[in-house]
Amino acid sequence: MYVAVKGGEAAIANAHRLLADRRRGDRSVPALRLDQIVEQLALSVDRAMGEGSLYDRELAALAILQARGDLVEAIFLVRAYRTTLPRFGVSEPIETGRMRIERRVSATFKDLPGGQLLGPTFDYTHRLLDPAILGDGVEAASRRPGEAEPTPRVTDLLAHEGLIEPDGEGMGEPGDLTREPLQFPMNRDLRLQALARGDEGFLLALGYSTQRGYARTHPFAGEIRIGEVDVRLDVPELGFAVSLGHIRVTECQMVNQFKGNAETPPQFTRGYGLVFGQAERKAMAMALCDRALRARELGEDITAPAQDEEFVISHSDNVQATGFVEHLKLPHYVDFQAELGLIRRLRAEHEAAVAEEAAE
Amino acid sequence: MSAIASYNFGYLDEQTKRMIRRAILKAIAIPGYQVPLASREMPMPYGWGTGGGRGPAAIIGPADVLKGIDQGADDTPNAGSIPPFFAKVARVETTTRTADATIIQTRHRVPEEKLRAGQVLVYQVPIPEPLRFLEPRETETRKMHALEEYGLMHVKLYEDIARHGEIATTYAYPVKVAGRYVMDPSPTPKFDNPKMHRSDALQLFGAGREKRIYAVPPHTDVVSLDFEDHPFEVQHFSEPCALCGAEGVYLDEVVLDDRGGHMFVCSDTDHCETRRADGHVGALGTSPMESADV
Repeated sequence: MYVAVKGGEAAIANAHRLLADRRRGDRSVPALRLDQIVEQLALSVDRAMGEGSLYDRELAALAILQARGDLVEAIFLVRAYRTTLPRFGVSEPIETGRMRIERRVSATFKDLPGGQLLGPTFDYTHRLLDPAILGDGVEAASRRPGEAEPTPRVTDLLAHEGLIEPDGEGMGEPGDLTREPLQFPMNRDLRLQALARGDEGFLLALGYSTQRGYARTHPFAGEIRIGEVDVRLDVPELGFAVSLGHIRVTECQMVNQFKGNAETPPQFTRGYGLVFGQAERKAMAMALCDRALRARELGEDITAPAQDEEFVISHSDNVQATGFVEHLKLPHYVDFQAELGLIRRLRAEHEAAVAEEAAE
Repeated sequence: MSAIASYNFGYLDEQTKRMIRRAILKAIAIPGYQVPLASREMPMPYGWGTGGGRGPAAIIGPADVLKGIDQGADDTPNAGSIPPFFAKVARVETTTRTADATIIQTRHRVPEEKLRAGQVLVYQVPIPEPLRFLEPRETETRKMHALEEYGLMHVKLYEDIARHGEIATTYAYPVKVAGRYVMDPSPTPKFDNPKMHRSDALQLFGAGREKRIYAVPPHTDVVSLDFEDHPFEVQHFSEPCALCGAEGVYLDEVVLDDRGGHMFVCSDTDHCETRRADGHVGALGTSPMESADV
């Protein structure tokens, strides 16, 4: 009889060889190149960059390829690389008011300075599978003519009238949960960082729950904008900030109701979402969650999961979640053995007690 | 392609290693206290040894010899994956022999062989908070530790006795460290708890996903919680190891057929192999597993 007490190491090596083979698939089909993934699976790349917290399209594409298209696995690969990189500075806050805009929509005003600009959106498409996209026969899109007019943020327009709470002064260097231990309760800067790294599906479901009455916040999509912004780093040796390049981001400003209280007159409040790349669903969900999580700060009753900071932030990270859920498939036989012994003994005691009772 | 991604010695960057070392020093200074740590990914999944992995990643030097244990064995998934990882990123020697190792990363067992001064045993911990399943909120449990408010734990153990006639916790059995902090010894079977008491080795506990490190310095009291009339007891096995005949060790049950047949073998494979090399033979010690052992 064969008793599998040893042999794990060889089995693992074989499994990895098989994985590499399956990843590559049929050799008669050409291998994917990173530029193909970057160009044609751009939103997957954006999600891997966003939740991976690392802005690098090529690395994200490599991660997606290596992960066979499994995005949570790709995000994990990106994170595990990012974590080894030394940090050499903190950039100035990006100025989304000066974004080179590709898409900008507001659900609160019909027209506004800078206009409504649909950009490359799935909105209004009919979701019919379209074999016609196969091949290279797609015509180039024409560029928007003329100079783009200044596009102030909707929240800034509302702020002129004092209708919305102020944005708050900068608090200096924001916290970083990848560098400092996380402690509850958190400040909003750290919470936003956690949400920006958080799982799109989880935040989507939580945001959805706030719309269905679990912590209702009466949201309006004040504005969603997607485009490129400059990243600038203040270099102390030079005495001025230098541009490091530009990144594409998606920003969502939710405008929410607030009834006011004894000190504060009624005004709108904000929920904020900001994500790398084009990731509108994620940015909107993030903004809904951000607003719901401000319940404590705004003196609202905390009654729903989406308002519960410990619950939301502790469970929003998909790299953590997938690791712990999937670790259940690791061997647990030492602990199971301990439980087995206990259950057998308790059952024996139970049987003996029943037998004794029957005898009486 | 190799030019677009490269890694530091021991995988983590030096700033992060310093941060982890500081946390370890604090943990050693306050035995049993869970020191918070910033969230850093490791290249193995959370729940698969990241907390343990950070320990070696932060303290490993070129002269170290690393051993991995998963469920007592040397070549189960984690044990088979973590030492080769450090062999790759830190170019250290690895071993399966407890006596030869300077750092032992373990998932849920303490080696049967007594550890010596100078060795570091790094436990992988899934849920570091012993009070977590009594109180899910971190804000509350931290307060309870600060106030040394452990009544809830004793009530839980008492309820076990009331219901089952004994304390029905078989692994992750809570301990009190140096007379102060109640600590989760990680999900090791309670069989191993006494080995943690006044050990000559340094014991580090790393919880990656939960971002905590705690420690039991050498020669520190580790006392399993109990009651005067229900003293703490470890598991006993009615038969010795079928392969090496060892008694008083933790055994794994191996199912032999679908008619209830089973045998018990040492959970600690290094201990079992060493004994068999020394000529000890159990009841089934000549089974074909030797030939399968390649």
